[in-house]
Parts: sequence; structure tokens; C-alpha cells
Amino acid sequence: MLEIHDLLNKLEDGLKRIIVERQLTNPLMIGIRTGGVWIAEQMHQRLNIIEPLGLLDISFYRDDFSQIGVNPNVKPSQLPPQIEGRDIILIDDVFYTGRTIRAALNEIFDYGRPNQVVLAVLIERDGRQIPLCPDCVGTHITLSAGQLIKLTGPEPLAIQLQTIDAVA
Amino acid sequence: MIENLQLNSKGKLKHFLSIEGLPKSLLTEILDVAESFVGIGDNQIKKVPLLRGKTIVNLFFENSTRTRTTFELAANRLSADVLSMSISTSSTSKGESLLDTIRNLEAMYVDMFVVRHSISGAAHFIAQQTAPHISVINAGDGQHAHPTQAMLDMFTIRQIKKDFSMLRVAIIGDILHSRVARSQIQALNTLGAAEVRVIAPKTLLPAHVESLGVNVSHNLTAGLKDIDVIMMLRLQKERMTSALLPSESEYFKCFGLTEEKLKIAKPDAIVMHPGPINRGVEIDSKVADGPQSVILKQVSNGIAIRMAIMAMAMQKQGVS
Repeated sequence: MLEIHDLLNKLEDGLKRIIVERQLTNPLMIGIRTGGVWIAEQMHQRLNIIEPLGLLDISFYRDDFSQIGVNPNVKPSQLPPQIEGRDIILIDDVFYTGRTIRAALNEIFDYGRPNQVVLAVLIERDGRQIPLCPDCVGTHITLSAGQLIKLTGPEPLAIQLQTIDAVA
Repeated sequence: MIENLQLNSKGKLKHFLSIEGLPKSLLTEILDVAESFVGIGDNQIKKVPLLRGKTIVNLFFENSTRTRTTFELAANRLSADVLSMSISTSSTSKGESLLDTIRNLEAMYVDMFVVRHSISGAAHFIAQQTAPHISVINAGDGQHAHPTQAMLDMFTIRQIKKDFSMLRVAIIGDILHSRVARSQIQALNTLGAAEVRVIAPKTLLPAHVESLGVNVSHNLTAGLKDIDVIMMLRLQKERMTSALLPSESEYFKCFGLTEEKLKIAKPDAIVMHPGPINRGVEIDSKVADGPQSVILKQVSNGIAIRMAIMAMAMQKQGVS
């Protein structure tokens, strides 16, 4: 039911529309590690964006640090020095609780004050805990309790639906 | 006992008091986490919010510039609130005991103590006595340990040499009075260095030094052969209570690292020093400022490694 290429096409169409509607000029595209970067690489290419893709690692901005601690595999974020006044397209793979996007926005705003931020995600699932929502999605799905959705990649990109029991 | 005190029930870092008793996996994790903090110094905003709302007190019962400054910067970059106290200028000089000082600071809801003290075991004592939610980091205690210095040295070595298993490392100078040397030896042996060699006059070596897992040489020229990493130590004049050396110039002649002697080590050997440097006593300026010196890199790395240790000790604070 979740064919990755269909979703990528839909996301691309949505982004093209939103770039016009919101009048994004010379947008800076940023992918959230890890899955978001894979999606962003695809969109970056499809939309012919010249400026290199920004990479965001939100580990230091997570709100569950005191429970899960530091991840020793954090890679530094790579953003251009000039965020001030930019139009930003922020990309992630799955939008779930909204906490990742909260952390990502905090980090971006530590670099400067963008003019506007557009959020595009491949899959929006139910379970939101924070009043944020994406501007552009590949698809919406509703999962039953204990189900997880996960992107694997980068080559080949694929979507996996897992149940907690199967993971454990 | 130290190992139990340093780790919580889940085996995670709680206090950082000594390298002794910490497993290789944990030391490697500290180095990996520090790696992720290195880039933050280059950002426009040199801060991440990991320890926002936490209060860290630097308790320095002994003078230090480099260590205290890098601890302060590390805490600031993690967004913690930092208070640095030089205790010689505060209430202890009015007769307040160490424990009373600690109790008073605890009553101000602090989350972490960074302790430097001239008495060996001071940080360990505070870790035993303090409230369970507080973490203690040893920033140097007497002649016992200086574990964050040793970890920043390991970090610097790994950055340049990648793998410890092939490395021959020489620690040169005043081993007897050096807490840095003790921690370095423990860290190098835990991380699996091929050889740790100490080079010093007999009067500046502790008794039974071989039991620490090192080879011993009393001759710098012979001892530097095949060495990949040279770790110089400061001649600790303020700790010399008896005449252990004929003179400083005599010491430089025999154990001072000069360009000529450096050539005996491997051509790509690196030269390290924990600072402060006594130029012309244990190291020649040409070597200290030369192309093989990584002394200033050590200072920069001190911030990342202290960020890593503070962040790791503060995680899962609920678990005792």
C-alpha cells in the first residue's frame, strides 16, 4: 500500500505547488538525519536546487535527553552560516509526535531567524503530541497501537511497517 | 569501591573520579561522544541545550587556569549554569569544613560538582558524601588522578593516530608527583596501547612503578627509540619537598626534550604536554612550538571531552 516512488512523486508535486503559493525564493533545503536526509536528497535533485543540502542532527536538542542520554553516533549538523532571512524547506521521513520538528526548529533558530519554514514529510502518521503539522505530505496513515513505520535506505529506499512484538 | 561509585545500577557513568575501574567500552564511548561535540566550537552559536537548567559548581581548592576555564566553557556550551569558586578565597579560610561547604552548596540545589583539590581522594570523598542526585567530576586530586586530562590526551592521540593497539607511548618526566601520569597510564593500558614506557630519573619515579603496567627507562636517548607518542610532564617544582634533582639545567640536559632527541623517536611521533610548560626545563621551545607538537590541540580538545563527560554523567539522573 505504501509504494515509495508514488509517495516521493506526490511529495515533489506538493513541494512544487507550495514553492509557488508561499513564494519561496532561493529556498534552502534541510534534511533531518537520518531518514529525512535520504528524502531530502531526492527532493533536492528533483527540484534542481543548486545550493548544497543542509543536514540537521537534532540529538543535542531532543527533549528526552534525561531519559535516553547522549547518542555517541551524533554527527555535527551542516548548515550554511547564513540562516537569517532565508526561506527554508525542512524535510523529514515520518511525522509522528511532532517532537523531532520542535527540536529541529529550535536548532535552526539557534543559527538565525529564517523568513519562513515549510515542513515537508513523506509520511504523516497519527499520534501527534505537539501543536505542529506538516505543510506538505506524501501520504497520511493511521496505525494501530504497537505499529511502527520506518524508512530504510539510502539505496534502495523502502518503507517498513513493523509491529512492536516483531521488533522485540 | 571506586568503580561501583562511578557507575549507576545500569552501568552508566554517574561520577567521573578515576580511569581506574572504568571499562574500555565506556572510555571509548566518552571519546565517541566528545567527537560529536568538536564541531560546536565552530558554530555561530557555540551552544547546545543539553544541560539547560542544570547548575554546575566548579570547586577549585587548588589553583588552575586551563582546567577551570575549559570546564567552565564546556558547561556553558552545554547551556548549564556555572558557578566557579576558588575556595582558598572563601569560607574555608574562615574555618568551614569541606563537608559543610558541600552541604551548603547542596542546599542551593546544584546538580554537579567539578572538584580540584590538593588532597588525593577528595573528589571520591565528596562523591560518597553528597546527595544522590549530584554527580561529581574529578578535576585533579593530589597525586592521585586527573582523569579528564588523560581522556583529552587519549582523544588527541586517537584523532591523529586512529588506533591504540599499534602505539608505543613514552611518558617522560616527573612521574612521582604526577596525577596526570597515573591517569594516562591507566587510560592507555585500558585502551590497549602496545607499550607504555616511562622515562625519568630514579628519584622521580614512584616505588614499584612497573606494577602499573609500564616499561621503565632512565635514559631519554635510549628510551625514545620506536616511540609514536611522547607525553611530556611538567617538572612540578612546587611539589618538590626534598632535593630530588641536582638542578633544573642538569635536568634539561638529561631529560629535556630537544629537537635532536626528538629525532630518535619515530619520524611521525607527536609531542604532547598537559601544561603549563616550563620552557627550557622539560621541553625546548623549538619542540613545544614545532610541527610535531599537538599541545594546543590538546587544549581545544579539553572542551569537547569535558562536555562529553559532563553530559554523560548527567544523563539518567533518576537512576541511582
